[in-house]
Order: sequence, then structure tokens, then C-alpha cells
Amino acid sequence: MSEPITQIVTPTSLDYTFTAGGATERFLRGLKDGKILGQRCPKCQLVIVPARGACARCGVPTEDDVELADTGTMTTYTIVHIPVPGSDVKPPFVAATIFLDGADIGLFHLVHEVSLDKIRPGMRVKASWKPQEDWGFSLTNIRYFVPLDEPDVDVTELERRIAHA
Amino acid sequence: MRDVAVISFAQAKNVRDAGAVNEVEIIMPVVAEAIAQSGLARSEIDFTCSGSSDYLQGAPFAFVMALDGAGAWPPISESHVEMDAAWALYESWVKIQSGHADSALIYGFSKASSGKLREVLNLQLDPYCVAPLGIDSVSLAALQARALLEKSAYSEKDFAEVAVRNRANAKNNPKAQLAGDYSVDEILAEPCLVSPLRKHDCAPISDGASVIVIAAGDIARRVCKRPAWIRGIDHRIEPHSLGARDLTVSASTRLAAEKAGVNQGPIDIAELHAPFTHQELILRDALQLKDDVEINPSGGALAGNPMMTAGLSRIGEAASRIISGQANRGVAHATSGPCLQQNLVCVLEGE
Amino acid sequence: MSGELCGIVGIGQTPYCAQRADVSIAGLCREAALNALEDAGLEWRDVDAVVLGTAPDMFEGVMMPELYLADALGATGKPMLRVHTAGSVGGSTAIVASTLIESGIHDRVLTVTFEKQSESNAMWALSSKQPFSPHINAGAGGYFAPLIRSYIRRSGAPEHIGMLVAYKDRLNALKNPLAHLRIEDISMEKIESSPMLWDPIRYLESCPSSDGACAMVVAREALAKDAPKKPAWILGHAMRSEPTMFCGRDEVNPHAGRECAKDVFNQAGITDPLKQIDMAEIYVPFSWFEPMWLENLGFAEEGKGWEMTDEGRTALDGDLPVNCSGGVLSSNAIGASGMIRFAEAARQVRGDAGDHQVPGARTALGHAYGGGSQFFSMWVVSSEQP
Repeated sequence: MSEPITQIVTPTSLDYTFTAGGATERFLRGLKDGKILGQRCPKCQLVIVPARGACARCGVPTEDDVELADTGTMTTYTIVHIPVPGSDVKPPFVAATIFLDGADIGLFHLVHEVSLDKIRPGMRVKASWKPQEDWGFSLTNIRYFVPLDEPDVDVTELERRIAHA
Repeated sequence: MRDVAVISFAQAKNVRDAGAVNEVEIIMPVVAEAIAQSGLARSEIDFTCSGSSDYLQGAPFAFVMALDGAGAWPPISESHVEMDAAWALYESWVKIQSGHADSALIYGFSKASSGKLREVLNLQLDPYCVAPLGIDSVSLAALQARALLEKSAYSEKDFAEVAVRNRANAKNNPKAQLAGDYSVDEILAEPCLVSPLRKHDCAPISDGASVIVIAAGDIARRVCKRPAWIRGIDHRIEPHSLGARDLTVSASTRLAAEKAGVNQGPIDIAELHAPFTHQELILRDALQLKDDVEINPSGGALAGNPMMTAGLSRIGEAASRIISGQANRGVAHATSGPCLQQNLVCVLEGE
Repeated sequence: MSGELCGIVGIGQTPYCAQRADVSIAGLCREAALNALEDAGLEWRDVDAVVLGTAPDMFEGVMMPELYLADALGATGKPMLRVHTAGSVGGSTAIVASTLIESGIHDRVLTVTFEKQSESNAMWALSSKQPFSPHINAGAGGYFAPLIRSYIRRSGAPEHIGMLVAYKDRLNALKNPLAHLRIEDISMEKIESSPMLWDPIRYLESCPSSDGACAMVVAREALAKDAPKKPAWILGHAMRSEPTMFCGRDEVNPHAGRECAKDVFNQAGITDPLKQIDMAEIYVPFSWFEPMWLENLGFAEEGKGWEMTDEGRTALDGDLPVNCSGGVLSSNAIGASGMIRFAEAARQVRGDAGDHQVPGARTALGHAYGGGSQFFSMWVVSSEQP
């Protein structure tokens, strides 16, 4: 009796050409110039980043670009202790939701240069950019965010303001 | 059964490559157009259902992002099939029949230009024994076409005639991707792409989106002068194993047609989701369509085939001709899987 | 409740484990389907239609697997539907099957969900490298951990709550022979000392990757009444979705979940869920989601869900036993996980849940969610025919 076959490996490879979409394209072009562009919803007036061309809350297209600060408030976070497949970020690292000043939605990014026991919601942070010559059409032009020496922001209040906007 | 009708249909222009737009940007204007045309407000539509495939975009949860363009706030009652959106329409019709909804918005979309469709569709096959062989979708269809030529009285000339008619019909369809005047001889003079299929025998690869709004009895009558009533809708699947079925006939279409009551009245028009010319011949026979039936006035899938929504578009194309009064009773068809494995048949009628 | 009454007459599951090397994907699905048919005392020919559900096709590398599974699930010549609503798919699939009965279209419908994670890499499929976004999304845990942090901030819940949920669900799993993770020497200490993965989620506070399938047969009233085993009656079902990201979205206590719960309870005539629901199977892939969903579902006031957990009220002998089967924390065949919740709720009201039976359970809730806490599906089932 021969060994049972329990698994075969079938390597499959498919190539895709991704399309960013009109709104994302403008966002990425902005990053190339060191600018973070959001879009203002014509209806609720709130600012979305990164915008995908629509305000999902109002169900309308967004076209009005708004340049945002590279400082913001970290509202929540996790400390990732395991490696991410395909990523060269070494654990443990902090992945966080950051409300950039002028934006009404959180952006997901890394927070570094802070001791892990000092991480707390409401912390003020600022983008740490790569050297300008390394900038591409990518959010990775911002290596990560670093703490800013400013008083903490009340996250509950921040959330309430946007929810009721 | 409750009376349910198609009251609105909109679609994006079928194009080979929609370029720098994402799913939301493709869907949003079409959803807006279909809703505006329906006479209902977004908040008056009880149920939403979509059809799409992650493998077209090459990203898991492609349909999740699409929701941004579908008007999902405040929260909506919503579902999604990883099938052609014609099946999303079926799910919605069932939802209305069950009394859980009185109206529904159905959409499907494709950005097939992102990947290589012929290779992508290989992954639909039995993952252990067939997919590893690496056969592509056009080659499988060619296998079927060859079997048809061998077994039936159809010839390659018949295939070419199907292409000529669909391309010519597409000239009247502003959303068509391929249209024009060709002759049978011209087409037959072309080399084969995958023998016995020529380029003109195959549907193009398309980006696109289409949207339909359906509603039950009184609502449909209130908002639409001449709703396209769904008199019957049924779908059936056949064995996946290609060796287990006769590829030259479509048993599942025949059965679905019988259940949907296709031949319980005269048919004026048929919109058939046949991505290959020979498949239109097989479907015509399975549906037992008479010679006077106008087939694919839109140009059919040969004029534009956005995967996962081309079937829904067939229902929309047939319905819009009924709504406009051009036709009275029509049949629409959608297909899924290799060599017409799964088929849906929908009978639509004016009042 | 609208339409015809629908009863669950057969439930079939496979054991859940890390790898079922002895069966193919088709074999796995067929095993669950056969178990459901046997439970219902039915044959393949008694089934009018098949509804299949599973998570993203990229998990197994098979595009639209319903096409390949048609043969194994006896679907040829029948209608077959394939549902995909992200993590809530197991629940949504059961709901689509039920509406096929409630609409009067079919008499009996077989519904099947599966995941064969050993033939795939879910973590890879979920965090596959996409252009245009920084690559820091460490799978589902990395996505949900910040939401849990928000919950802790808002509610002031003490840090041990997550571990308490894990401990309770892992104890329950020891009573469920089908459960994937059955840790005989489970203790709070063991959970606390397990590695931190995505703070505050520890290894033993997360779900495993499982192979497994779950199936049910649903039937119209007259046939369900005559079924050999007591049916579970569907009193209501609901689905709700909202977009992933928009300004002001409450990701911790999503509006879609609250509305879905309201709808399903309203259909079932439930005005006081805590009093009228005897047990609940809730989709908890990371321990902290138990208190979060207790609030979202209306079993507890906002910010108070953790107190129910802390007081032991969600334990098997509590006043609202939650996840008596061991839950998603103990078995996670992703595409099936939602249906397992729905099926386990039905098992309870059929009085057929074995060692994890809640004595006298008459009314139960099955709950599933998916995407970025944005897709919800729920049903309420009862032992009593309405």
C-alpha cells in the first residue's frame, strides 16, 4: 500500500495592474510633493483622508481637495508583537489611528520613538518624513509618526464633535 | 407569488479599460442614475444586493469598498453574491417574495482590466485535477465549440452570422464596447484565436457596472408607467466535471426556461448572456426560441462583457425595451462558470 | 415575521481542527451536508436547492467554488446560490436559505458553509501587499485591536475582562467534542502568560485557524412539523451593512449592528432581550468582542457589557449563556463561523446541544459580523412554533 496523498501544491501566480482611482491618485501625487491631501464632502463639510472619491456617509462624490497638517491626535492604537508577512517593520511596533489636524477621520499609520508604556489615546503626534529625495507616490513617504510635546487631546470630545457634525 | 417588476436600469459604458477609476468611482454614478430613474428615494429602497468577484480585482473583499458608492448610510439591509449580479437580482426577488422587502437595488461591477481574465478564470476549475492543467477560459469554450461543430448541423458560418448580427445590433447601443458592420466572409477569413473560435466569436474583456431597481406590485405601478414584470425566474447548475455533461446542449437553461415559463406565451425579444457565438446557438436551442424572436438587440455580451454584471445587464436590456414599449414579452438569460455550467432565465412582460 | 414559517430540520457539522488532510474541500463540505441530511432523516433527492457560503475566494485559491462544489453537494439540476458577505457570510447564507422557504419557492433547502484554512493562508490573503497603502495591517488582529483599545478607553473596563471571556469560552469548548481548541488545563494564568500578539489581544484570547464545514436543512412549516427530530423555528432574521470608513463612524458600537438587533428582536416579538433570550451564540473572534457585542445587541447598556462578563452572567450557568459551544475562539473555519453560531443557537432550542446544552433553552440568538465590524447577520430561533 502506497502512502496516501493528502496535499498537493499548485503554484498559482496572477499579475494585476492596480488602479488607484481618481481621488487616490491626487492623494498620492500630493504625497510626492510632501503634502497630505484630504477631500471635503460638499454635503456634511467633513474632511476625509485618504479620500476615495466619495463621502460614504452622505453618498455623494467628493472633489474639493484640502491640504492637511502633518500633525494630529492619536485616538487609538495597538502594539503589534508579531511580524507582518511581507513587511520589514520589526515588532513590537505601534500601529495607530491618527486624526490629522484638519481631518475628520482617522488615518492608520505607525508611531515610533516613544516608549511602549507611554502610549496613550489622545497623544499628539507629528509625521516623520523620509528624506525628500526618497519620496514616491506613497504614504510610506511618512516613515512613521513621533510624539509631539503638546498637551493630550480629549478623544471622547473629538469623537463627539465629529459624530454630531 | 407577489408581482415584482424591473422599474429602472442603468449601466456604465462598457470599455476595455476604465483607466484610473476605482470601484466606487465606477459604481456611484450608475447607482445614482438608476435611483433617479426609478422614482424612488434611496431611503425607500428596502434591500440592496450586489454581485462581484474578488479575483477580477485581485484583492479580497472588493465588494466591501464598493459599498461606499452604493449609499449605505444610514445602514442598509444588504447582501452580496460572489456570482454574476443576475443572481443578486434573484436573491432580491426572493427577498421580496418572502415579504422581507418591497423593493431592491441590485448592482454588479467589473474591473477585469486589472488582471488577465483568461488566466484568472482558470481558478474556477476543480483545484485538484483540472485547474493545475492551466487551461484558460477561451480554450475551454473552444472545446465546447468544437464539440458542437462535430455533433450538430452548425458550421463556423453560423458562428460568424451570430457575430455579425450582434456587432450590427450594438451600433444602436451607446454603452456597447464593440459595434460595427462586418460580413460573414470577412470574419471567416480571419485566423482562429483558439480553433475553431475566431476573435469575433469571443466577447471582449470589459470594465463596467450595471444597476437595476425592482419593486413589488403597487410600488412599481406608482413609480413606473410600464413596469417590466418578472413573470418567472429560475436558475440551475450542471455538473462541474466537463466530462459529465453534454457540452453541445444546455440542459440547465432548458430546465430553468421550463420552470420560468418561457414558452407560456410569445416571446418578442431575448437577451442572452453568450460570451461566445456558439453559446448563443446552444442557448437559442435550449430556450426553444422561434425564428421571429429578436435576439440580443443590445448586441449582447459580444458587444460588452463586464464579468459579474453582464448577466444583470441582459435583464436590464430586456426590461428597458419592455418599459419603453418596444417589446411586450422578453426572456433574459445569465450564465456562470465554464462552458455554460450555470444558467439563469428570467421572463419579463409588460402589462 | 413575513412569509411562510421556516424550520431548521437538520444540522450537520464536521469536527473543527487545524488540518483535515483526509478530505478535499468537496469532501469536507459533503461531510457536513451528509450529517445535516442524516439529522433531518432526508436524502439528497429531498433537497430542492443549495445555498453555499464562504469567505473570500482568495483563502483557498478557488474562484467561485460553488461551480466546483456543485457535484459534491448534489446540486446538479438544481438552483445553487453562492453568498459572500465577509465574516458574516455564514449567517447571511442561512438567511438566504430561509428566505427561499419563506417565499414559498422551495420546500427544503440545503445550506452549506466551509473554510479549509489548511489549504490556504488567510493571514496572507487578508494582508496581501496592496499598492497605495502602507503595509502595516497585521491581519484581522491588527485591525480589531485598536477598536478594542477604544472600547476599553470608553467603558473603563478592567484589563482582565478579555481573559475572562477566553477562559469561559475555552471551558465551554471542553464540553463540545467538535471544538478545535480544547485545552484541558486552561486557566486564567495560562491565558495571561500566553504571548501578547496585538495588544491587548493575547494568543489565547484569539481564534484559531480551522478547517471545517457546517450545514443545515431548512424546511417549510408542514414538513418541519413532520420531521423526525424537533425543529428549531425561525422567529426572525436580519442583515445590516454600513460602509467601512466615514467621518463619525462608531466602529466600537456600530450603528448597523444596533439596527440589525432591533430589527431581529422586533420580528421575533422580543421587547426585553436579556429576559426573553435564553442563550446567544455571538461572533467573538477576539475575546473582548463579547462585552462589545453585548452592548451593541442591547443586552447591556453602553459601557456596561463588561460587567455582565465580569459577574459570570455569560457563563453556561449564567442568566445569558454566551457561546456555550466554545465560540469562534475555539473553532474558526472562517466562512462557516457565522453559520456555526446560527446552527448552535438552533441546536440549543432543539435541546440537542449535548454537554453544552443550556437546560430548557427555548429562544436563542445567532449572530455574525464581518468586514470592519460593518456587516451583520442575526436570527432568533425558538423551540416553540409561533
